[in-house]
Amino acid sequence: MSILSLKPTNTHPSKRRSQFTKLAIAYSFILPNLIGFLIFTLIPMVFSLILAFMNWDGANQISWAGLENFSQMLRDETFRISLGNTIAFVALNVPLTMAASLGLALLLNQPLRGRNFFRTTFFFPYVASLVAVAVVWNMLFFPSAGPVNSVLSMLGVQNPPRWSASVDWAMLTVVMASVWRGMGYYMIIYLAALQNIPTILYEAAAVDGADTWQKFRYITLPMLTPATFFISVMLTIASFKVFDLVMVMTGGGPGRATNVLVIHIFNTAFKEFRFGYASSIAMVLFVMVIGITVIQFYMERRWVNYQ
Amino acid sequence: MERLLTLSFLSTSITLRSLFKFKMGKLLTYAALIILAFFMLLPFLWMVSASLKLDKDVFRFPIEWIPSKPEWSNYTTIWTRIPFMTFFGNSLKLTVIITLLQLCTSSFAAYAFAKLKFPGRDWLFLAYVGSIAIPWQVYMVPQFILMRQFDLVDSHLSLILLQAFSAFGVFLLRQFFVSIPDDILDAARIDGMSEYGIFFRIMLPLSKPALATLTIFTSVAVWNDFMGPLIYLNSQNLKTIQLGLRMFIQQYGADYALIMAAALVSLIPVIALFLLLQRFFVEGIASTGVKG
Repeated sequence: MSILSLKPTNTHPSKRRSQFTKLAIAYSFILPNLIGFLIFTLIPMVFSLILAFMNWDGANQISWAGLENFSQMLRDETFRISLGNTIAFVALNVPLTMAASLGLALLLNQPLRGRNFFRTTFFFPYVASLVAVAVVWNMLFFPSAGPVNSVLSMLGVQNPPRWSASVDWAMLTVVMASVWRGMGYYMIIYLAALQNIPTILYEAAAVDGADTWQKFRYITLPMLTPATFFISVMLTIASFKVFDLVMVMTGGGPGRATNVLVIHIFNTAFKEFRFGYASSIAMVLFVMVIGITVIQFYMERRWVNYQ
Repeated sequence: MERLLTLSFLSTSITLRSLFKFKMGKLLTYAALIILAFFMLLPFLWMVSASLKLDKDVFRFPIEWIPSKPEWSNYTTIWTRIPFMTFFGNSLKLTVIITLLQLCTSSFAAYAFAKLKFPGRDWLFLAYVGSIAIPWQVYMVPQFILMRQFDLVDSHLSLILLQAFSAFGVFLLRQFFVSIPDDILDAARIDGMSEYGIFFRIMLPLSKPALATLTIFTSVAVWNDFMGPLIYLNSQNLKTIQLGLRMFIQQYGADYALIMAAALVSLIPVIALFLLLQRFFVEGIASTGVKG
């Protein structure tokens, strides 16, 4: 205290100058990140919008294409297939991952011994690198002699599926790997939400004679809707962007059976060097993601229950 | 009397039955958890087992989980087949540099967003948050063109610059900084501490859990990054472990045991980090997830 009072007090600070200093200090904190963010994220984002209406191979003169890229998309068979594959992946991956992660969270949300061990185990696939995960899945599901098919034929299954090597099964194989990998992550979000439900609700329900199913249906599920909403949005966005897993497991094949939109963008841009067209496909991806997110937020009012 | 007896008998049988039901429920839960945990770990267990076999024995059925004659030499062979050591070193270098840069720039910016007032702050923050929602794939092409203009394609610097200024890091740390009471900072300001002093001596020490969470997320993401290096790195001596692993798979597709050994080695740093700091993983996901 004595130090404070002995200090010469600034009685006449130029107010403007102190404002300026404050601003300078604030910007000195933010600039190192902001400069990088502007150059490497924001500007490319804006540029991608322009590029979608351009023709450019990266070497020759860039030229205006107008809507030509988009009309070309309508004739592009690979685009149509990729779009369908992406939608199929989203439609399978989102509900399956959500159901699996909710199931795991409910199982673990009890006083159990070894809870931490189980939580760690379920979560681990999420941090393991996709390349390693994809290669081990491919070997487990190796069509001719892989362990999965060996077990299946031992169980008497005639002609077990050829998994990622078969046009019909490849997408399902990728989805299985994706669910296996992702459910532990979303489980943790569900677990945190489950632990936030006040126990008094269950006690009150027990007094009223509610059974386990009724408690789940009328307390747990409604109380979980904010988490469910959050997970459904995050998971949908992530599923639309799927790339690594597919790229390493199937490379988009066999044929074009698992060729998703991002693989199509990648090939168009970095193999065919059609930067403009790739950007316009990316724009379609962006509009779909934003569109579905907006719809989800619109629907939120109808079913999400905030306390 | 007889009635009373039957009644009491009935009630004990009910409690016994409910106790039995309760025990059965517990037992079923444990059984389900153990089976699930087994399936979650199965690919990794199989990976370990296969990495110690001869190629011809990898797919032998029934599976010999513990090889009678473990082929430890697989783990020395992989280092000579491809420049695995170089890839490992490259990944390590990128992971350390990017994580450090991201921690610095993100925590600085997060402090300004959380605790300082300046015009345009909220709009700028909105731009940051909005950019998180936009898939990277949407603007990866312009980014690539930009990097080519800077003549940085096929260099580590390109990947460092792309990942060092993460909007997600700013967001994560800002959410944590906001929760630290302003009173503490004001008290320090009255004592004549500069904003830099407050940041380094009060904010950072109080934010260790959040910094740990960001460290883990970033380092795991950089170590596991596949698409970034795939786009930007062509030269053999620059490639990362994930590209190296894929190269190994493509070149030696039939050397199953070696591939499994290489995959396992590529996982070791992540496993170590994960087991050491998994508390922060869980807390980080739970906090970013629930608060949104």
